[in-house]
Amino acid sequence: MKQLISALAVGLAFSVPAAAQTYAVTNGRVVTNTDAGILENATVVIRDGDIVAVAAGAEIPDDATVIDAAGGWVTPGLFAAYSQLGLIEVELEDSTTDAEADDSPFSVALDMADGFNPAGTYIPTSRMEGLTRAAIFPSPGHNIFAGQGALIDTSGDADSLFQSGSFVFVDLSQSGASMAGGSRPAAWAFLDAALTYARGYPGSFSGDHEGDALNRYDAAALLPVARGRMPLVMRVNRAADIRRAIRFQAENAPLHLVILGAAEGWMVADELAASGIPVIMDPLEDLPSSFDSLGSTLENAARLDAAGVSVAFTTAGTADAYFNARLLPQHAGNAVANGMPWDDAFRAITLTPAEIYGLGDRFGALAPGYAGDVVVWDGDPLEVMSAPTAVLIDGEPTELVSRQTELRDRYINITEGTPFAYRH
Amino acid sequence: MRLTASLPTAVLTAAFALAACSSGSETADSGGSGSAASGDDIVRINLDPYPSTYVPQPSGTTLIRGATVLDGIGGQIENGDVLIEDGRIAAIGTGLDAPEGATIVDGAGRYVTPGIIDIHSHLGAYPSPGVHAHSDGNEATDPVTAEVWVEHSVWPQDPGFAHALAGGVTTLQVLPGSANLFGGRGVILRNVPGRTVQEMKFPDAPYTLKMACGENPSRVYGSRGRSPATDMGNMAGYRAAWLRASDYRDSWHDYWDAAENGEDVDPPTRDLELDTLMGVLDGDILVQMHCYRADQMAQIIDMSHEFGYQVTAFHHAVEAYKIPDLLAENNVCAAVWADWGGFKMEAYDSVRENLALTHANGACAMIHSDDPNGIQRLNQEIAKALADGRRAGLDISEAEAWAWVSSNPANALGIGDETGSLQEGYRADVVLWSGNPYSTYTQADRVWIDGALTYDRSDDSIQPVSDFMLGQPGEGAQ
Repeated sequence: MKQLISALAVGLAFSVPAAAQTYAVTNGRVVTNTDAGILENATVVIRDGDIVAVAAGAEIPDDATVIDAAGGWVTPGLFAAYSQLGLIEVELEDSTTDAEADDSPFSVALDMADGFNPAGTYIPTSRMEGLTRAAIFPSPGHNIFAGQGALIDTSGDADSLFQSGSFVFVDLSQSGASMAGGSRPAAWAFLDAALTYARGYPGSFSGDHEGDALNRYDAAALLPVARGRMPLVMRVNRAADIRRAIRFQAENAPLHLVILGAAEGWMVADELAASGIPVIMDPLEDLPSSFDSLGSTLENAARLDAAGVSVAFTTAGTADAYFNARLLPQHAGNAVANGMPWDDAFRAITLTPAEIYGLGDRFGALAPGYAGDVVVWDGDPLEVMSAPTAVLIDGEPTELVSRQTELRDRYINITEGTPFAYRH
Repeated sequence: MRLTASLPTAVLTAAFALAACSSGSETADSGGSGSAASGDDIVRINLDPYPSTYVPQPSGTTLIRGATVLDGIGGQIENGDVLIEDGRIAAIGTGLDAPEGATIVDGAGRYVTPGIIDIHSHLGAYPSPGVHAHSDGNEATDPVTAEVWVEHSVWPQDPGFAHALAGGVTTLQVLPGSANLFGGRGVILRNVPGRTVQEMKFPDAPYTLKMACGENPSRVYGSRGRSPATDMGNMAGYRAAWLRASDYRDSWHDYWDAAENGEDVDPPTRDLELDTLMGVLDGDILVQMHCYRADQMAQIIDMSHEFGYQVTAFHHAVEAYKIPDLLAENNVCAAVWADWGGFKMEAYDSVRENLALTHANGACAMIHSDDPNGIQRLNQEIAKALADGRRAGLDISEAEAWAWVSSNPANALGIGDETGSLQEGYRADVVLWSGNPYSTYTQADRVWIDGALTYDRSDDSIQPVSDFMLGQPGEGAQ
């Protein structure tokens, strides 16, 4: 058990009051996600929450607390482009979930910022695996619009939700077709009507008119999407649906579309690349799990990337996005195993998600001016057997403990004398 | 293996008796009530009415040379050779001579392992694509459906089988779902393409019975206003069924005893549900039970003592790490995920060290997928479990951990003397990996089943394609 104790001791050493601090992460293989590439035996200096220096031989300030990476990897914190962290605690217990509202009169107006719980137990379990930032998504309830998403960090702090109204999520896949009345034409007609009424808000709701698709409250919430100020994340998988989505963006300028799913994306990769629409997808989705995704393949990520599509990863296609959003490195590693260059696959769980949400100059890279989200790993982060040894968020080291590690520690020694309930 | 050895003597005797009886079953009248018995007219129950028609694909002699070999029972050989002849492992070691005409495979820099065995799959029963017509895994019309056999639901054209093969899976157990207390019989398959499920059935493998604890049965039936609606209702439901099964078994055994004594007796009436439960009580059918919580597993173990049967393995067993001592004492295995949890209350106490802790504390433990995607990467799943166990201070080698995907599930399926390890005389179910299979970047390069090259990553012509995928956008997408 010596290893365990020393790991805990490191965690405790980091539990310092949040205050202006300087840290230097030394002796690491630093993945910068910038033109500087990967720096061997380099140092990352973080001051007052932000990165101030990244270089081999960077000067270590006198007041810096040194974190020795011991030859391990040092990377930007992972950014989940799609998650439901802090929205779901126990999926089958409705009383513990806030992602979906089947019985609400509202749709677009549902704001995940009002449901996010920074004390959710999967925040620390995700943080321990290197995940420092995430977009949190609603699930569609009774119509194709699921609501508005937000952006969080995984510190668990009261202010860890750092942006709300980040995007609107709409479902135009077969499940969206089902919610819209039973067909794809119904879903696209609904979307078109909703966008038209949002664009004309409030004039389109003059007099007694209550709108053909959305009520006025939802239409108001959709207005920033219609004006291109807020991204619309659209779930589609079938190649034909992706083409329809590309056309929809072109017809509705200045609409800013992001595609989620894209199981058959590789079949329309060139068109996607030309459209500039980024894609959030699960690289492990390779089964013809529905008639929307008969063209699924493990090479989808590599083929999209090679065509020049901006690709970010999610775990949601084959796992979930709340308990196991932490598996992003495994998903990215499998994209590499199936042909995607390592740098691009790692970017797909760090910088590319930040760029999708307009924050590519602040998160997802290690360079001066970026937030101090830094992870030290004991090996290649995309290897399933690697794990973080230190995780900093906004320049502050975090504790690598969770409800799960406490359960583990309680039962690690079955024969010890202390009754289980007193081991804490 | 331990499971059989642990059975009470009375059960073993009964099992032997029934096995002996079954030898004449092919010509017996199994229709139930019938004429008075005497001599050859004794009514027997046909235990294998849907027999395996599996025939191994043609194979030659293959020598894999110079690989790192993990034998699946804790051994590791550097620069090792594996010789495959007549579909079996002929030799394993170093510096083996190549028989004349042998195909030589260069294993340098690569790993050789026994094929992966997934003890919990629903391939074929919940096939891709997941349309309504393909929802064939839960006969959720009654909480006790021990009479259904999942092999009657398995669609051999499920494209998922080929994907699992690309992940090195050579044998799998397909189970019914967990809506019911007794979900029905499972089936053990070779992961080979077949026109019929009979062509995939593992020859002479035992039958299994899927049972389920906890939230699923009580939610499914409680929501319909019927029993079971609670955990205590679940227990009452199992116990009532075991009582009926005990009576049924007694009536058949009394009948056979009397008939063999030349008495003029009528056989009992056949009951498909109770046939299966009698098979469990007789020790012929292995219980594979979905159960998450430690306290529930303990209740089930007590119930197995109450009625005199053995639970072979708890599946999912998210809290196995809390009771490894109890599992070990009772010779019950735990088949688990590496890191799933959170989807319902009984999965709330999931920890990443479950598999390693359960193993290190003396219980029989293994990985399982329960998932058509997860089954493709069970090597990565045990890699995660191993890494997490090591970080918790457990000393477990890569060679030892390979048992979690091979010999442990083989033993828990009653086929551990045929497959699951690389030993002389065993079925040549072998995977050649592109590198260390505990790496994310490693892929299965070649897969042999009974010595026949069944999958080759570098050769499209040795990659099965199901009927369903022909002419679809995904044909050849891999």
